[in-house]
Amino acid sequence: MASAPQALPSPLLKPPAGTIRASGKRDSVSSWPLSDRVAYVLCWTVGIGLCVVAGAIVLFMFVKGLAYLRPSLLAEHPSPSQNQATSGGFLDPIEGTLLLTAVGIAIGAPVGVGLAVWMSEYQRPAWLARLVESGVEMIAGAPSVLLAMFGLVLFARPALAFLSQTSAGGSVFGRSFLTAGAMMSLLALPLVVASTREALMQVPGHVREASYALGKTKATTIRKVLLPSVRPSIANGVTLGVGRIVGDTAIVVVLLGATIRLEGAGGAPGLSTLRGTGGTLTSYVLFNSPAGEGNAHEKAYAAAFVLLLMVLALNVVVMRLNSSRASSGERLDKSSRWRALRGGLPWIR
Amino acid sequence: MKSLLGGGAAAAERRAELALRALAMGVLVVIAGIAITVFTKAWPSFAHNGIAWFGSGGDVDTQFNAMINGSRDPAHYVYHFRAWPLIWGTLLTSGLAVIFGMVISILAAVFVVELAPAQVKRAIDPVIRLLAGVPSVVYGLIGILAIAPWVEHHLISNQRKRSVEYVVQLTGANLSVATLILTVMIVPIMVAIIASALESVPRTWTEGSAALGVNRWRTTWRVSLRTVRPAIVAAAVLATARALGEAIMLAMVAGSRGFAPNPLDGVTFFFEPVRPLAATIIHYIDDLSIVPVAQTLYAMAAVLLVSCALLSLAGWAAKQPMKRYGIRA
Repeated sequence: MASAPQALPSPLLKPPAGTIRASGKRDSVSSWPLSDRVAYVLCWTVGIGLCVVAGAIVLFMFVKGLAYLRPSLLAEHPSPSQNQATSGGFLDPIEGTLLLTAVGIAIGAPVGVGLAVWMSEYQRPAWLARLVESGVEMIAGAPSVLLAMFGLVLFARPALAFLSQTSAGGSVFGRSFLTAGAMMSLLALPLVVASTREALMQVPGHVREASYALGKTKATTIRKVLLPSVRPSIANGVTLGVGRIVGDTAIVVVLLGATIRLEGAGGAPGLSTLRGTGGTLTSYVLFNSPAGEGNAHEKAYAAAFVLLLMVLALNVVVMRLNSSRASSGERLDKSSRWRALRGGLPWIR
Repeated sequence: MKSLLGGGAAAAERRAELALRALAMGVLVVIAGIAITVFTKAWPSFAHNGIAWFGSGGDVDTQFNAMINGSRDPAHYVYHFRAWPLIWGTLLTSGLAVIFGMVISILAAVFVVELAPAQVKRAIDPVIRLLAGVPSVVYGLIGILAIAPWVEHHLISNQRKRSVEYVVQLTGANLSVATLILTVMIVPIMVAIIASALESVPRTWTEGSAALGVNRWRTTWRVSLRTVRPAIVAAAVLATARALGEAIMLAMVAGSRGFAPNPLDGVTFFFEPVRPLAATIIHYIDDLSIVPVAQTLYAMAAVLLVSCALLSLAGWAAKQPMKRYGIRA
């Protein structure tokens, strides 16, 4: 693949016609060597191929989803039955998804923002800041099944029994919306931290100084000046976190029980559900796929379609937020459009 | 203590910082807790099998059944376990997916950054984001309901099925389907890393090359891609970490049998079932109440944890040379 540049025109010699831009002739693909043209075509093929794959996935799910989705499915409670006609809809899994996401974000968002603020504004002592940074990177890279396995041990401790149910024998169950939500918050955490921190670091120093000059303390500056100015980025991180929580199955299977109905733990109505087990759309799809016990294709497709719609909606929100961030004057450098994807994963630097 | 609790701006200031620091330490404790817990739970399985835990020997599913049906008396727990088929399955699915994914994502990243016209660029952005956002269970569903049956009926001949029927049953859920879907799942991430690195290659470098009369493709190939080589390595490493941890999709479409495909089988190799470590954890999750099974599953989780931590570290190290060029990507 030795490159064969055209002979370099020396400034003293008259340049051969047609080799420099000034002559009006632009570098066109047809003038390239064959190997370059092949590579060029390959690039286009792969690029278009990715679009086709994405299009095919969405189209396939829409066709299957619209074919099997009935309004009644969204409103009926599921029931364990081998008979398709009587196994009900997936109201409970939808509620489960919403509830679990709410719990996860309610923990993950404040902790994430707090961490990001500390990492960008205080970071004292320095060794702790470095440790926290690598720690967050580690969570970002850790498989969710691992977090779930850890959660199971952690929440089966008697001291944390109030988060889930205790069996008659005195052993703590460890599986509930609260425990699963707590682990889900770890999934969202790196995304919130990355997005917020990135934005905080881009706030120019003179903004902080102006606030200090007015006699504001650092805490007030953070609360009244910095956080409001990075709100779109926080929203962006939270939305990405929601996407990750909605789409995760492993934690639901391991730590929520993946039952098809919401099964309260008894006691006060709201708390009963939170302490009880349940399932989400993802676990419902798994349950109804050939790999699960329900094995009902139609319901799996319908539920997966609803799930995909949620993900698509979240994608639209992220794109909206990104464009509002760009228009609100937040400085977005060249590679920032990839940041949403890379955000929270270990390659943020 | 008085200064901590008392009023005054300075005290409030200090409280705010301490609260945030406590939060940071709390998160750190949780992370340390993950590692310690997993290893403590995993220890008996490693201790009973020694280094042979990683070796081969026997059928893993038989070994799991022995644990499930074994004694409930702690003194007589059955721990015998040889994880090689699962480790081999993990290496195969992740390795193959990363190799294919690498080629695809380099070409795609070049396309997105250098070649695509502005309109196409705008369109491909949401596409990649969508591919990254589709939940793994949806990928798994498409795989098991659409791709696997097609592969079973069109690509695996009856003759091929009969040729290995005494060893393993070939179905549509197999290594090739798992690799295919896993590739689609990791490509968006790799594209994102490589593309963002490509975009941060200093413009003067490529302009310099273009000024020397090098055409656009060779400029990309020889200057831009060479500059972002560390990012390509990082992308591969981090995508591997992602592939290792994928559990649900692989539990659905990889065949769910603890079988070690044999490369000597030729083409049949690609149609043999596998079950990587993470998928095995999901597969046996219902038996978690049986202590030896749980400890073996935690041992597998520990292997995943160590691999992911090492890969995370390697990804970070791989990107360091980029900083030398002053490229922040």
